[in-house]
Amino acid sequence: MTTTRILEGLGRLYIWLLLAFLYLPIIIMALMSFNVSPFYQLPFEWTTEWYASLWQNDQLIAATWNSVEIAIITTIICVVLGSAASLALYRYEFRGKKFLQALLFPPIAIPWLITGTAMLIFFFGVGIGRGLHAILLGHVALALPYVIVVVSARLQTFAPELEEAARSLGANQWQVTRRVTLPWIMPGVIAGGLFAFAVSFDQFVVSYFLATPGQTTLPVEIYAAIRKGFTPEINAVSTIIIVVSMALMLLTARFFKFGGEK
Amino acid sequence: MAAATASRSGLRSALPLLAPAYLWLTVAIFLPLSAMVFFSFMTELPLSGKPWAFTLGNYAAFFSQSLYLTLLLASLRLGLEVTLWCVVIGYPAAYVLAKVLKGRSREAIFLLVILPFWSNGLVRIFSWAMVLREGGILDTALNAVLPFKINIDLMYSYPAVIIGLVHSYVPYMVLTCYLTLQAIDDSLIEAGRSLGASRLQVLKRVIIPLSMPGLVAGAALIFVPVVGSFMEPRILGGRTGTFYGTVIEDQFVAVFNWPLGAALSFILLAVVLVILAVASPVLRRAA
Repeated sequence: MTTTRILEGLGRLYIWLLLAFLYLPIIIMALMSFNVSPFYQLPFEWTTEWYASLWQNDQLIAATWNSVEIAIITTIICVVLGSAASLALYRYEFRGKKFLQALLFPPIAIPWLITGTAMLIFFFGVGIGRGLHAILLGHVALALPYVIVVVSARLQTFAPELEEAARSLGANQWQVTRRVTLPWIMPGVIAGGLFAFAVSFDQFVVSYFLATPGQTTLPVEIYAAIRKGFTPEINAVSTIIIVVSMALMLLTARFFKFGGEK
Repeated sequence: MAAATASRSGLRSALPLLAPAYLWLTVAIFLPLSAMVFFSFMTELPLSGKPWAFTLGNYAAFFSQSLYLTLLLASLRLGLEVTLWCVVIGYPAAYVLAKVLKGRSREAIFLLVILPFWSNGLVRIFSWAMVLREGGILDTALNAVLPFKINIDLMYSYPAVIIGLVHSYVPYMVLTCYLTLQAIDDSLIEAGRSLGASRLQVLKRVIIPLSMPGLVAGAALIFVPVVGSFMEPRILGGRTGTFYGTVIEDQFVAVFNWPLGAALSFILLAVVLVILAVASPVLRRAA
């Protein structure tokens, strides 16, 4: 019994070490964004200077707004198209359904480098070109499979008898969907939407290949800045991003459990 | 016969709901991937105004210049090393989460482990720069503790790339292994123990075989993107960070040889598909 105790204690200790490994660099980056020295020198002296100079950086601010706008539009489109597709896959039986479901996995499984360069070639070739519209087109395609998977998972817990009951009480198809089905799958739809927002807001690789100098997103702008040389301003904006995306994830977790406990 | 008509009418009702989503995926994913294959056999992009012709030259370049093959092998090795580290670090953590921790603390720690994995990958890679560089946190901290002077400057080295990538991808391994470990009935483990098996034997004969699908899924989810990574080696590897992915990036943003880039991308895609195909029987057996 004591061996078990010791092993369990070691296990707990191990988890905390892993958490330290995962969070330490992020915490250090956040601290350095409040440090006076632009070369990350210690001792640490508190300042908010870098956050103040962020406000003067028009290029970063423009890129931030682009990121937010694209993420919001991506979310709206993905939620509407994704929920519709999930409903169809849930409700109807037809030949080729398995194939359509299998088609959702290439966009998730293929490395973004390949998808991104393929989009660049194709969009350029057919005249869609590059820029914010191309980035939006790409982000929706990347996020859509996630939304369909999440909403479909929620639909698995839905009892089809509820729809039957509503129909036998005289509701038409649209009323059944709006009054019975949609309220039930709402947590899945919200979780899917938050996933879509996160996929788009954090997306770097695909945006990188589709961006043009005037039309970029925040991660693309950060990558360019990192390659020119590290600056505390980048720490500041990175800290803001990481706080926003972690907050979003916590919000998502409230609506959707990741296959853990049911 | 009746089933066939039913399925046809099912498709007719489903189509209006399905079409927008799948049209979008076709335009933005499936057509581009097909176009990439097509362009990889061309001498020039047809829209650039220059004359173009079909050629096998882009693939010949891959096979005739040992550089590309060497880099592909280097990327595959990078993928293998990162995956192995993720197994070594992630599997024990998944086991503790699934079998040792209970209730609320398990839920909270599970969330903490997978939380960084949806946050911005680029920013997380960048955060390592501050830890690993000379005069960085690791250097300063170790010199404050140790009685002798050492210089830690891991920045722009192969280990830095490994550390950054393992940090990025280890939550995947924890997640997939946790899901399969959690599904193992505790009574199976107890049965093995009461029949006289040692802890190690139970681990080898019961736990690891039953959690194999999670290990394979995690390995595939990690290996595939690492082989195609370019941003991580660029930021943390500096000049030592030339891999297959960075060469593809160069073709599109620096050298502007898109047909060659398309061929290199397609070769990578083929490698990825082979790996997924090899992994899929194990995954399907689990499902």
